[in-house]
Amino acid sequence: MLHIKCPHCGMRSQNEFSYGGDASIKRPQLNKEISDEEWDNFVYNRKSLRGKHLELWQHLSGCRQWIKVERDTATHEIFNTYKADEEIT
Amino acid sequence: MSQKFRLENGGLINRDKKLSFKFNGKSYYGYEGDTLASALIANGVHLVGRSFKYHRPRGFFGAGVDEPYAVVQLYRNNETEPNIKATEQELFEGLEAKSVNCWPSVNFDIGAINNFLKIFLPAGFYYKTFMWPKSFWYRVYEPFIRKAAGLGVASTKHDKERYEHKYEYCDLLIAGSGPSGLASAYAAAKNGARVILAEDKPRFGGSLLTSDVNIGNQSGEDWANSIISELKEMPNVVVKNRSQVFGYYDHNMLVMSEKVSDHLPKTKKHHPKQRLWYIRAKEVLISSGSIERPLVFGNNDTPGVMLSSAAKEYLKVYGVLVGKNPLVFTNNDSGYETAIEFKKNGVNPIILDSRVNPQSEIIDEAINLGIKIKFSHVVVVAQGYKKVSSADIAKISDDKKQLGTIENIKCDCICVSGFWTPTIHLASQSGNKAKFKEEIDAFVPGTSKQNETTLGAANGIFTLEETLKDSFIAGQDLSKKITNNDNKISFPNVVEKKSSQHDKFWCVPLPKGKSYKRFLDFQNDVAVSDIEIALKEGYRSIEHVKRYTTLGMATDQGKTSNLNGLQLVSNIENKVVPAVGHTTFRPPYTPISIGAIVGREVGKHSKPTRKSPMHAWHEKNNAVFVDAGVWLRPRYYKQGNETLFEASKREAKNVRTNVGVCDVTTLGKIDIKGPDAAELLNRVYTNAWLKLPVGKARYGVMLREDGIVMDDGTTTRISENHYHMTTTTAQAANVLSHLEYYLQLVWPELNVHVVSTTEQWAGAAIAGPKSRKLLEKLFPNNDVSNEGLPFMGYMESELFGVKARIFRISFSGELAYEVNVESDNGQFMWEKIIELGQEFQVQPYGTEALSTLRIEMGHVAGSELDGRTISYDTSLEGLISKKKDFIGKRSLNREAFTSSDRQKIVGVVPLDKKTSIPEGSHLVKDAQAPLPNKKLGHISASCWSVEHDNPFSLAILKDGKNMIGEKLFVMCPLKNKVIPVEIVSSHYVDPKGERVRS
Repeated sequence: MLHIKCPHCGMRSQNEFSYGGDASIKRPQLNKEISDEEWDNFVYNRKSLRGKHLELWQHLSGCRQWIKVERDTATHEIFNTYKADEEIT
Repeated sequence: MSQKFRLENGGLINRDKKLSFKFNGKSYYGYEGDTLASALIANGVHLVGRSFKYHRPRGFFGAGVDEPYAVVQLYRNNETEPNIKATEQELFEGLEAKSVNCWPSVNFDIGAINNFLKIFLPAGFYYKTFMWPKSFWYRVYEPFIRKAAGLGVASTKHDKERYEHKYEYCDLLIAGSGPSGLASAYAAAKNGARVILAEDKPRFGGSLLTSDVNIGNQSGEDWANSIISELKEMPNVVVKNRSQVFGYYDHNMLVMSEKVSDHLPKTKKHHPKQRLWYIRAKEVLISSGSIERPLVFGNNDTPGVMLSSAAKEYLKVYGVLVGKNPLVFTNNDSGYETAIEFKKNGVNPIILDSRVNPQSEIIDEAINLGIKIKFSHVVVVAQGYKKVSSADIAKISDDKKQLGTIENIKCDCICVSGFWTPTIHLASQSGNKAKFKEEIDAFVPGTSKQNETTLGAANGIFTLEETLKDSFIAGQDLSKKITNNDNKISFPNVVEKKSSQHDKFWCVPLPKGKSYKRFLDFQNDVAVSDIEIALKEGYRSIEHVKRYTTLGMATDQGKTSNLNGLQLVSNIENKVVPAVGHTTFRPPYTPISIGAIVGREVGKHSKPTRKSPMHAWHEKNNAVFVDAGVWLRPRYYKQGNETLFEASKREAKNVRTNVGVCDVTTLGKIDIKGPDAAELLNRVYTNAWLKLPVGKARYGVMLREDGIVMDDGTTTRISENHYHMTTTTAQAANVLSHLEYYLQLVWPELNVHVVSTTEQWAGAAIAGPKSRKLLEKLFPNNDVSNEGLPFMGYMESELFGVKARIFRISFSGELAYEVNVESDNGQFMWEKIIELGQEFQVQPYGTEALSTLRIEMGHVAGSELDGRTISYDTSLEGLISKKKDFIGKRSLNREAFTSSDRQKIVGVVPLDKKTSIPEGSHLVKDAQAPLPNKKLGHISASCWSVEHDNPFSLAILKDGKNMIGEKLFVMCPLKNKVIPVEIVSSHYVDPKGERVRS
């Protein structure tokens, strides 16, 4: 079981969180004309990375905030966690 | 029966407390502190089981967790449990156990015929033998194998025992209480660290209990006891025996199983049988020791052949002799220690040492004691069937290839020692890649992957002095990092005998013309010849050899067999062992009971139970409940001998003719506040929301980004910037997360807050033509006329002094209202509705009637919004705004979603107007068509229409729009039904929707 540091609440066990997928995906703006390909990339196409991956988790049984977690998908090492609106350098 | 093999004195057992027990129906005695194994050996019982494949007689091989043979069926307090190791099970008064894998008895086992058929049962025989003829597999072979295989019988009864889960955090978790565990725990505890010290056996001390050493002028055992009693007194230390750390998971999470009551005849009141600990440790010290490695020779599975360390443990811990005429066969000095213990207790052992001319302090001591030693000698084959009676021995050439003249010597046990295998399982589970250590011919942990440090024998360190020194330092340094304390501890003076180098020899060659079985894996009956066959047949990867031969795949997970298997493969392949590699270690290290894994999450505790504030009333009024997610909802209210069908028909009919009341508390409710609330709704729902006036409700459908319908419900504008959203019961949690996702991540600029209020409001739906009359009684001061409170209107009021919200919305399709009060007043509201509704023949209705009403009305619910349908499919496309963008809109352009024969919701009526249609059935054009018969659609929901008094179903049907009036067939192979049906409109009742507006 992973140990995830919620930037709002501190270290918590994985079972308080739910996974939310790739955090680098940006939703296209509303009312904007976009191609089928762009839309498919937003809705369906995901890289299945081995290694460092920035992903979304929601602290469901805690503060209910969506957070960003930088995790190694092979080793499960967590390098850093960020608030939803935090600048990632 | 007397304990003929029990010594007069000695051992750590309590001789004042005699315990009686039964094995295979026969009564014996042992002492408190015995294991089942030590007590049986004390009584001279060595035949305890039959082997897995050949049904050869099997005895005891080890004295603990490594035991491959002595797996028994245990009977305790009217319960039975399989797969119990006799070497781990502590004796208690009245214990009963039986042998497994034998029929009719362990003494006369018919399956032993396999032993004579063994040439037909080589490695991979399952794959080869049972392939032909194909039809024989499930009729002949599988039932036969099922009967023959297995190590015991699981109980079919409900397990009444209690199992607990515990979550714990600590600075240092130390697995194993041998010298390294004690030293590191002591040093860390002195530094103020929070320490958990776990020991799988009942007694602490590990090898110190059996070895002849001296620490700080105390015997090893006394030193261990003094350290443990000091640790037990410290508030920052938890010391646990009978506790096996069996799994090392991610982020330093370890799981430990504590056997709280297994050693007692009966679990004490309010105690669990076992407790599973989830431990998150900052640092983990693995002091799990090592397991002695067997030597391989002919018939080395005969009862009486056992590890020399086990023989020593039976002697020193339990005061039991495993034989009175022992032969010790060794390739290192450990065998000598066992022989010396025999000698000290008046028994004369003979030592066979494969080495040419070894020299050490221990060997000198054995020589001085007058023990007979034969160097360069090996056991060729053990003689005896159910117990060792003698051994054929021979001199072996220096290159270990040639055997000299074979000589037979009498003996009643053969204690073997092939040096030591570090127990690296936990380190390996943590992700640490093992490396091969040439000096000890075994794998040890490599670079740490998580915060784990392996110490002592588990790390391949076999001298006590070095072990203690390393462990004191590790405990001190790791705790210092955490607590910043630095209490120095002086190292105790250590006296131990020095050993000499072991011999790189484990497998005795066969004499010419002989084909004795030489076993590597004792539990799965894998012999040297099986590995040879696997290699001959082309298996090269050790992982493949393992699976083909089943080496190391039994419940003991190859604790005594893996390394000998690798060594053999490397010898045959002419490779070094590390080039062969080793198989992967996975948790659990030892078998864990299912009960411990499940814990308290059994029966009704397997999930939380949510009850509405009106639950007590429902119970009192004969409600029959149904699970709706974790909610309990009344399915129907039983009157007299009514069936579900009769009751739900009565309740639904009453709604259509009079008035009914339904508990709708379980619907999800989300409070939405903020200046941008309308904008959020406008983006979330498919229809327009910006112009909804205050005091009005609107029905909305929300999509996922892929265009599939996610949920539906009504949202009401309570005030300028305040909305009340309802969701379906099932999707309540998902919808809240969905809104939070968009507000926090996608559109953080929207000034809106959302919060779940599902549990804050109790809800009652009041439905039926007389509902307005009832409402007038409930709210006499309000104008609830069609003008005062029109369809989709909203009003705030007081229900006899209690704050209430009234929504004019309808799921049943009748004139209907939904009243919400704060949860604490739910029961009061409900009772008032029932009381004042008497004159209008009000009746409560459950989910079954609720379904009937919505189905015949053609209102969609979860069975239609099933995660596969779009708005068009459920005839909700009218609610899709063309003017604005919303979540999922772009996906609706997909080709499949716009095709002209797209599926659509329809109504289905059986032609005979009698036969009920099973939900999930398929619709086909031709009932006689050859299989696979093309499916046109499926039945999503079925009911008995109370309006038309005949069965009615909803279906999602291909090209549904153009199918009205068509005759099709419903096929339900599960119930063996074929029903001719007609496709009708999904709006079977009040198609114009006049009632809700009346």
